[in-house]
Amino acid sequence: WSADAERGRALYAECKRCHQVGDGAAHRIGPHLNDIFGRPAGSLDSFRYSPAMKAAGAGGLVWTGAALDRFLAAPRATVPRSRMSYAGMKDGSDRADLLAWLRLSSGGGPDRPPAQPTVTPEEYGLDPQLLTIRGDPDYGAYLAGECTTCHRPDGGEEGIPSITGWPHDDFVIALQAYKRGKRVHPAMQLVAGRLSDEEIAALAAHFRRAGDQP
Amino acid sequence: QGRPRVVVVGGGAGGATAARYIARDSKGAVDVTLVEPTRAYYSCFFSNLYIGGFRDYASIGHSYGALAANHGINVVHDWAVSVDRDKRSVGLAGGGSLSYDRLVLSPGIDFKDGSVPGWDLSQQNRMPHAYKAGSQTQLLKAQVEAMAQGGVYCMVAPPNPFRCPPGPYERISMVAHVLKETNPTAKILIVDPKAKFSKQGLFEDGWQRLYPGMIERIGPDFGGDKVEVRPASMEVVIDGEVNKVDVCNVIPAQQAGRIAAAAGITNDAGWAPVVAHTMQSRADENIHVLGDASHQGDMPKSGFSANSQAKVCAMAVRGALTGSKVYPARFSNTCWSLIGTDDGVKVGASYEATDEKIAKTDGFISKTGESAEVRKATYEESLGWYAAISDDIFS
Ligand SMILES: Cc1cc2nc3c(=O)[nH]c(=O)nc-3n(C[C@H](O)[C@H](O)[C@H](O)COP(=O)(O)OP(=O)(O)OC[C@H]3O[C@@H](n4cnc5c(N)ncnc54)[C@H](O)[C@@H]3O)c2cc1C
Ligand code: HEC
Ligand code: HEC
Repeated sequence: WSADAERGRALYAECKRCHQVGDGAAHRIGPHLNDIFGRPAGSLDSFRYSPAMKAAGAGGLVWTGAALDRFLAAPRATVPRSRMSYAGMKDGSDRADLLAWLRLSSGGGPDRPPAQPTVTPEEYGLDPQLLTIRGDPDYGAYLAGECTTCHRPDGGEEGIPSITGWPHDDFVIALQAYKRGKRVHPAMQLVAGRLSDEEIAALAAHFRRAGDQP
Repeated sequence: QGRPRVVVVGGGAGGATAARYIARDSKGAVDVTLVEPTRAYYSCFFSNLYIGGFRDYASIGHSYGALAANHGINVVHDWAVSVDRDKRSVGLAGGGSLSYDRLVLSPGIDFKDGSVPGWDLSQQNRMPHAYKAGSQTQLLKAQVEAMAQGGVYCMVAPPNPFRCPPGPYERISMVAHVLKETNPTAKILIVDPKAKFSKQGLFEDGWQRLYPGMIERIGPDFGGDKVEVRPASMEVVIDGEVNKVDVCNVIPAQQAGRIAAAAGITNDAGWAPVVAHTMQSRADENIHVLGDASHQGDMPKSGFSANSQAKVCAMAVRGALTGSKVYPARFSNTCWSLIGTDDGVKVGASYEATDEKIAKTDGFISKTGESAEVRKATYEESLGWYAAISDDIFS
């Protein structure tokens, strides 16, 4: 590995909570990033992209190194109303290092490392049993009324992240972390603080389902 | 028998949300009519940011087309002028009437006559309130921009309760922001009948940091509650002392929109008491009252609150008319205010329904001395919120 790629691996921490890359990578909050170089934007049938990302791909956007560099510097300036809630990596040399690591880990070569989990309950000191609770999506749909005042159903706005289409575990871990004060944000702690474990599971089921609708 | 009928009066934060949620979630099983005189809703929320130059006018305007197209809501552009509770029908200014199984009233506020001596609606061009958004907001902005160098902007602040508790003080911040750029020797005078106001510590800290020496507030201890205005001569008389001003923003005392009184469901103070679990009027179980017009307990009169209450109401209405499942009511509110560029603050709380009222359960507020990054993130959140709530009401 070049020194740059090694630095890039650390910088990938900013992407890791949403994307998997490497052997066995799957879609999470964002699509897996294997074979991303040369891939047209929004082109994996198995992932539900925003209309904006699909349109960008249909309009000819292909993830070359230069295109990725531009996108990662300012995601929503490049693809307005994309569902990727990431402010951007401002420093050009950081991006170069990140892309060096991404090139290494996303290709099919022998150096490709195994994919890492996006998030684990242990990271936030949560009981893994919380992930086994299954929720009622219809109840979640009612509870979601409290969320859509701030989170757009289609995601895609500065300031407040997109939460539709998330994997069950990632969603539950995020809300449980707010509920238990392991993630700090006054509005989200207030909202999550009074949700029961069953209600969190119901919301996860609802927002997962909402993400499947075109 | 036809489909059950719901008539919603007022297409603002409360009424349009209720119409949308009832129509959307009943999937056509309920016939929903929305009565709203204006063809474009200009939101009061973010209207201060328009005055401050942070938003353009078009960005705070919303039309009703999507509610009709996406959810089959019958949008009637007319005024409701009467409610016959025995016949369950609403009379319209245009002549017709609409019968209902459930009526939802979300008419916002009207001003109390005589609350500021010398001011009445006929004076709203010389002394704008800009507390119902639209042409009034444009007028106030133009007056601020046309102020003579070194002139005085005066706000007559309202007594409690009124819509958007931080609203007048966010407006002061936005006016100060404009004047600091274009008219730095101008002065701002707040005449306030209240001893305290919302987010006071945060606003006063911000005013000191960003607009030192520009803003003076006269509270009730110095006669802020004894004010009279003279629109013809642009004078404000505070406890007998005459002040000449250049712009005078009079925000009078408030009550529920007049249709609530016409329906005979308001209390002595002019608001409509409701049952917290369902937002039903305490005087008539076939009528629900939302938002600013309701007397509900601990929630501030805000767009966020009205939107939150509308969802509880929508669930109760569907439950009553279609037998759909009803879950326990829960409410929340967050109000963001902008003090200066990238300097946002917020206050929020959660609420539950008790038999007596909507009761606060928990809350938070921004702190003085927060870092610039936190304040900027708070402002950006408010942009995300505005986009989301606009969709949640009108899309
Ligand atoms: C300067 C300012 C800043 C604000 N900032 C915020 C903020 O940042 N966040 C926030 O959450 N809230 C804010 N608010 C408060 C918010 O605007 C109100 O609380 C909210 O609009 C209340 O919703 P509502 O449905 O009760 O009334 P409204 O939104 O006022 O809607 C009432 C509607 O009813 C219609 N109507 C009235 N009478 C009749 C009738 N007889 N027949 C038919 N239609 C009728 C009116 O035309 C109007 O469209 C602010 C308010 C002001 C003035
Ligand atoms: C908060 C979640 C989140 C973070 C953090 C995030 N992404 Fe994304 N990313 C997404 C989502 C969701 C999409 C799909 C966007 C859409 O459909 O609009 C996406 C899309 C992409 C795409 C386009 C994929 C395609 O198939 O077209 C690339 C490339 C990408 N992200 C790379 C990154 C990199 C590199 C980072 C870190 C520097 C990162 N992302 C950080 C959620 C995230
Ligand atoms: C008052 C506005 C507001 C409300 C209401 C709200 N959220 Fe949030 N939410 C936010 C903000 C702002 C963030 C980003 C917080 C942060 O940076 O940690 C967030 C973050 C999140 C996240 C983590 C996103 C990420 O990228 O990691 C999830 C999941 C979430 N919210 C779910 C919900 C659910 C479910 C509800 C309703 C039950 C809800 N939110 C209600 C404002 C809100």
